[in-house]
Amino acid sequence: MKVVVASGKGGTGKTSVAVNLALSVGADQVLDCDVEEPNVHIFLKPEAIESHPVELLVPRIIEERCTYCRRCAEFCQYNALFVAGETAMVFPELCHSCGGCKLVCPEEAIEEVPREIGKIFKGQADGVELVYGELNIGEPLAVPIISKVKEQAKEEGLVILDAPPGSACPVVEAVHGSDFCLLVTEPTPFGLHDLEVATEVVKQLGVPLGVVVNFAGIGDRGVYEFCEEQGIPVLMEIPFDRRIAELYSRGVPFTEEMTEWRARFQALLETMEGLAK
Amino acid sequence: MKQLTILSGKGGTGKTTITACFAALSENAVFADCDVDASNLHLLLNPEVKETFEFKGLKQAVIDPEKCTRCGLCMELCRFDAIEEYRVDPIHCEGCKVCVVNCPAEAIDFVDRICGHAYISETRYGPMSHARLTPGMENSGKLVTLVRQNAQRLAEENSCDLVLVDGPPGIGCPAIASLSNVEASLIVVEPTLSGIHDLKRALELLRHFEVEPLMCVNKYDLNTDNTDEITGFCEENGIAMVGCVPFDPEVTKAMVKGQPVVEYRPGSPASAAIRKAWAETRTYLGV
Repeated sequence: MKVVVASGKGGTGKTSVAVNLALSVGADQVLDCDVEEPNVHIFLKPEAIESHPVELLVPRIIEERCTYCRRCAEFCQYNALFVAGETAMVFPELCHSCGGCKLVCPEEAIEEVPREIGKIFKGQADGVELVYGELNIGEPLAVPIISKVKEQAKEEGLVILDAPPGSACPVVEAVHGSDFCLLVTEPTPFGLHDLEVATEVVKQLGVPLGVVVNFAGIGDRGVYEFCEEQGIPVLMEIPFDRRIAELYSRGVPFTEEMTEWRARFQALLETMEGLAK
Repeated sequence: MKQLTILSGKGGTGKTTITACFAALSENAVFADCDVDASNLHLLLNPEVKETFEFKGLKQAVIDPEKCTRCGLCMELCRFDAIEEYRVDPIHCEGCKVCVVNCPAEAIDFVDRICGHAYISETRYGPMSHARLTPGMENSGKLVTLVRQNAQRLAEENSCDLVLVDGPPGIGCPAIASLSNVEASLIVVEPTLSGIHDLKRALELLRHFEVEPLMCVNKYDLNTDNTDEITGFCEENGIAMVGCVPFDPEVTKAMVKGQPVVEYRPGSPASAAIRKAWAETRTYLGV
């Protein structure tokens, strides 16, 4: 079973829920899909980490053959090629690696070369395998790295994915194909607004969902009212507790010290298994 | 006109809370919400929308089943695995046009896709530019650029001397788009190991694009050891620290009331610290 933990709003506790769930139920694997700002490794502290580059194929212009006909530049939907006079330039960071420029070039003057945009890492932590990705600084495209992290997913067993914040394409890439989505929110107007957009994305993808309310006790009742109207189950509430916040700040999963929470996460998994069917 | 982007790397550290307070304290500024896929600034500034723009993202391929000869070439050429059973999955189509130009039966249309809306609004503190990305759509970087262009135009029309940009989390395409041509970027960090990790990546991003960093620690009293580490790091690296804001329950109460905390409870500890941070930032920018 694949469970993805997502949120809409950042900083609501996705990583904390993903890590504590994984440790409490003995998950087989955690995939950190927040490749812009991965944090799971801070809590799981994996060992024996191996890393692999993530490369995209980008065009290189073979100057001797190029006739500066501009067809590649006119074709490219991402403005990654520029041709003027007798100059042809590639802006590799804009390239989505569709391969179209090479196909439209009548002179066979374009070849494709690999270019690193990030890395993926794999390591072991307390019996859990952790895979995470890291987008190189200055690179805009997170999706190809998320997709590489997801390629490492185990076929069998329990896999927990930690999604990036927001409601745009990186979230779609992370959530797509999961058996259940846990949306972590906070009971405030910001939490509610972003829960609404995240819910729309998850519903579009046809993934069953439930909500975890973190920092329960602050704010207002808007999130609960929304869940009731939409028929979305609130599966867990984690109170606003300075002790949890303090453990988090030191990179300690709170279930390590507040062991009574392990049974609650185990029950949460059972409920999700029931709802995913 | 100067531009300041409030950024964080990690989400949920208080970018919008700080931006909204700066908006309330500013005298002649335009506000741009560039967190277009989880925007929140409007919840505190309560904008009245004056103009709405449709935002067209990348186009999308659509196969006409009447013309399709089921040769399968499109599926072979698509690198995004967006075509299955002679149908294009709009979620995975990146609008590259490869299938469209290579289809021997000319059976694939290339159609516009409305990916969201941009708005120009008026608030009680000044003009505002914001947007809403349709959930699940791509191209949030392009929408960020549109929001920023609208904000710059508003600033020129209203002779404003500052554009305050509420940035997105992360370091990818929307964050990069929120940083072009800005004077400086204020990073709001929380004193947690995750916050420090993400802060360092955000700082590298600023260095990469040659943007001057300013720093503000939010909820600094949650872990003073980590706050000391951040302060020390800033001193070593010559980064200006504009302020440390304490944890203060009034911030959430203000949010529930739909107000910046400096307006809702000007005497609260967080408000005092944010006013000081604004004074420092203002001096730094010379506005």
